[in-house]
Amino acid sequence: MANNNRHGPSDMETFLRGLWEENPVFVMLLGMCPTLAVTNTVMNCIAMGLAASFVLVMSSVLVSLFRKFIPKQVRIATFILIIATFVTIVDYVIQAISLELYASLGAFIQLIVVNCIILGRAEAYASKNNVKKAAIDALGMGAGFTFALLCLGVVRELLGSGTLLGYPVLGSHFEPWAVMILPPGAFFVLGTWLLIFNAMRERSARKAREKAA
Amino acid sequence: MTTATDTTPAPQAQAANSFAMIRTLSGIALVSGVLLALVYQATFDIIKANKEEAVKNAVFAVLPGLSEAHPPVAFGLNPDTGELVELASDGDVLAEGFEKIYVGFDDAGQFVGVALPASGQGYGDVIRVMYGYTPAAEQITGLKILESKETPGLGDRIGKEPFLDNFRGMDVKMDDARESLLHAIQWVKHGEKTEPWQVDGISGATISSTAIARMLRESTQRLLPAVNAKLDELKDAG
Repeated sequence: MANNNRHGPSDMETFLRGLWEENPVFVMLLGMCPTLAVTNTVMNCIAMGLAASFVLVMSSVLVSLFRKFIPKQVRIATFILIIATFVTIVDYVIQAISLELYASLGAFIQLIVVNCIILGRAEAYASKNNVKKAAIDALGMGAGFTFALLCLGVVRELLGSGTLLGYPVLGSHFEPWAVMILPPGAFFVLGTWLLIFNAMRERSARKAREKAA
Repeated sequence: MTTATDTTPAPQAQAANSFAMIRTLSGIALVSGVLLALVYQATFDIIKANKEEAVKNAVFAVLPGLSEAHPPVAFGLNPDTGELVELASDGDVLAEGFEKIYVGFDDAGQFVGVALPASGQGYGDVIRVMYGYTPAAEQITGLKILESKETPGLGDRIGKEPFLDNFRGMDVKMDDARESLLHAIQWVKHGEKTEPWQVDGISGATISSTAIARMLRESTQRLLPAVNAKLDELKDAG
């Protein structure tokens, strides 16, 4: 097994890879649908991030646990079954916590089932690694996804409503930019963040090259 | 890595594979089923309570002066046949043609008014609202949006002040026979409201505010005569 080499990444590196180096949204450009759709308020971002992370961690653990028993012909079906179970659980739990939150997340809770971050991690990582590694990887990816959602959500809620988590922060003289809470605002903010992150990555890559040279 | 063995499995291996597939899928489906049943059971009552709470809050918001001590009572009203049925629990499913209405009472247990539903196509999707009606004053006492997908910043102003102020004390007087409204609810351009049965529109949200006025006009014309016909039964509900 190629992954079991003794000099594999440490747990911390596995976690940070999801959060930063291979951030599912800013680097892999996965999970764009919820990223664009539910980031109009910070509360939605937190709820969506936590819900997706929970599903990600639980399904990664289960997939990793059963990885020796899952024939590869039915692996996708099995992964979807496991993911769908946890999505439904999250669906009920959010309804129990707050109907208002449930209504504002709309269909995007159910759509976690087809979130490619989760299926991607199950296929690319959890099905090939042990439970501990899979859980840490999932935690890292979940944190990275939540972080990316918050990056968008903070900007959109601040400019679009002049509030953060519902509390007014920009004062009454601030005229909200309605476009920011509308779909086009999501594209603008995502584009800007991608620009910033790519510029930062390019810069650090150039520095690393210069150092090596 | 050995990929060569994966391409052409022997017949026995295929049979074993099928068995493994069935075993894995049904095993995991079983585990899923048990998990879901447990979570469903655990959250069922909480979700039901949440939904009742949301409805109660809406009724309290549209009918001022209600009392916590005398909770609103739910009824099913069929405006076409005039039938009225009391609902034992809020979750009861209503038969075709029935509308769910709530009767509200004050601290003394006296009848205050009814909360009535209205819905219609908005700009984004169907808008569902609840409004309060006091037969004594023949007025609408308040309006709350229950469900709307109107554009944030534009159409969603139908759920905010000052638009909602239109519906506090809106005139819905009926003729002496209590069979039809004297003045149908009417939408007017922003700033041109002169009569208490008019809805002051929102510039920038014409479709959304017109939709509210229209659904309210249709709902009042349909429901108010039926409510008035059954007023004595409704008053006795507390």
